[in-house]
Amino acid sequence: MSLTLEKKEEKKEGLKQVIGRRIAATGNYAAALAVRDADIDVAAIYPITPQVQIAEKIAEFVADGELDAEVIHVEGEHSALSAVVAAAATGARAFTATSSQGLEYMHEILYIASSLRQPVVMALATRALSAPINIWNDYADAFGMRETGWIMLFSENVQEVYDNLVQAFRIAEHPDVLLPVVVTLDGYILSHTVEPLEPLGREEVLSFAPKRPRGYRPVLDPDYPITVGTLGTPHWYYEAKYQQVVALRESKRVIEEAGREFGKKYGREYGLIEKYMMDDAELAFVSLGATASLVKAAVDRLRKEGVKAGMIKIRVLRPFPADEIAEALENVEAWATLNRAISYGAAIEEPLFTEIAAALAVRGIVKPMASFVHGMGGRDIFVREIVEMYKKLDEIRRSGRRVKRTYFWGVKGHDPEEDQAM
Amino acid sequence: MTRIEIRFHGRGGQGAVTAAESLGEAAILEGKYALAFPEYGAERRGAPVLAFTRIDDRPIYEREPILEPDVVVVLDPSLPPQIYLKGLKKTGLLVVNTKRSPDRVAEHLQSSGLESPRCIASVDATEIAVKHIGAPIVNTAMLAALIKASRVVSLDTVKKVIYDRFSARPHIAEANMKVMDEAYERTEVVCL
Repeated sequence: MSLTLEKKEEKKEGLKQVIGRRIAATGNYAAALAVRDADIDVAAIYPITPQVQIAEKIAEFVADGELDAEVIHVEGEHSALSAVVAAAATGARAFTATSSQGLEYMHEILYIASSLRQPVVMALATRALSAPINIWNDYADAFGMRETGWIMLFSENVQEVYDNLVQAFRIAEHPDVLLPVVVTLDGYILSHTVEPLEPLGREEVLSFAPKRPRGYRPVLDPDYPITVGTLGTPHWYYEAKYQQVVALRESKRVIEEAGREFGKKYGREYGLIEKYMMDDAELAFVSLGATASLVKAAVDRLRKEGVKAGMIKIRVLRPFPADEIAEALENVEAWATLNRAISYGAAIEEPLFTEIAAALAVRGIVKPMASFVHGMGGRDIFVREIVEMYKKLDEIRRSGRRVKRTYFWGVKGHDPEEDQAM
Repeated sequence: MTRIEIRFHGRGGQGAVTAAESLGEAAILEGKYALAFPEYGAERRGAPVLAFTRIDDRPIYEREPILEPDVVVVLDPSLPPQIYLKGLKKTGLLVVNTKRSPDRVAEHLQSSGLESPRCIASVDATEIAVKHIGAPIVNTAMLAALIKASRVVSLDTVKKVIYDRFSARPHIAEANMKVMDEAYERTEVVCL
């Protein structure tokens, strides 16, 4: 008995040292720390690889008395998100985390969370979808939830996992937003990689993302009954949907404001996009998540060779930063996308491309462009391969030829140029 | 310091991943940037395991696996050298858990038709681990050997990281301190 108590005290002391200094952490640990520092009230998480440690760590924080939250044990992800949505409807700060098949199992409730305007926050360790069964990273799961009405923040490194989650609570709960927010961390590539992390600690997080008084938005309260989740007949359903459209559009302002203020307070500023070596760039790639790190490394190599390469990282996938991307790409000579997701049967099978091409086309901007898919199901992408992609884009710029299909880079026994002839 | 890339080869259960992570953590605590990650697969005891640590003074964008390491650390002497030497730079360092001296390791590699790297360090990590921990979990001994041969971080920082990692089980933490001290002492390093 006394031994157990001693152990607990030791752990708490260690924790105090952790706050406010540079530590080493995996993405999963960073996510759990952010949630602890945000002082969530409710968590309902069904464990799935590679997200399991988030659930374990939160349970540990609660067991050790470092976090006063209700952890609801559920039998699957459909219930996990249902529980979290219901908790949020009572005014609680609620969190869940999932990955891959777990997100698919939640899919029905994803729409319900956003259309009931419940400000829940979720961490998504991005991972491939079955079949074949694959536990490794790509963005198939995340891209599958683009239409569900959530705000989507992508993280490039472990620090961003923490920072994005802290901002997520502030954005989601803002009275002008009231929408769920998902924060991604690349499965394994961030979830299981040890990197430097500067956690802010609870005091700072709660000053940046304070818990609002319970009555600031309509919540379930036995003393003041309201109905949540009622029938929407053809007479009013459409109006509710339009409100969601407007809410997501207008959330941009709140997301930008949160990113700016985060920068002012903690020195790490966040925008809807991040531009890397774009000032004089002639060739630009657009990417997201931890893949953006690899593209930056490729840009560094190309710059040493004298190639004017740049890159744009999409941090906020929803709402899509169309204005910002159009402005950033306006002066480049050619652009391309690199993504770990496939939109099967689409006009262009790499799904970032279709959005950017549309954003540019409606603004009358047309120039040489291409799209690249690589890294599906955890296939390693090497920096030298991205350098080759830039060179392919350069060749497209010089020849002026039109590329009508996505390049599937790195498929064994396949020349990606063959697709262009199909 | 410029960038240093270290690849750990072991088998499931020997702690290769913990070694890579602890080394990365030590570098981070010393104010450097580091990425430490395993080659992610289904985890099985006895199966070959790869883990990577990349250390730099500046933020690291390269998240790719390490194909041309500066240092290779071999936790399990039964692994084939053809595999663990792959890509190791000629100017690099090989750290092996073995009863053999570095010179004998070099001879053994040459007799197998393999080129030895510039530096070889060896230590009987299995014996040291069994002596203090009672099990052939050799990762902490191999970290000490690596530090003696490369000084990539200080032994004290790694000892602190390992101690904190096992702080809930002080007897294991203490045993590992003894392992690291003895392994550091007994590691032999030979450079051509």
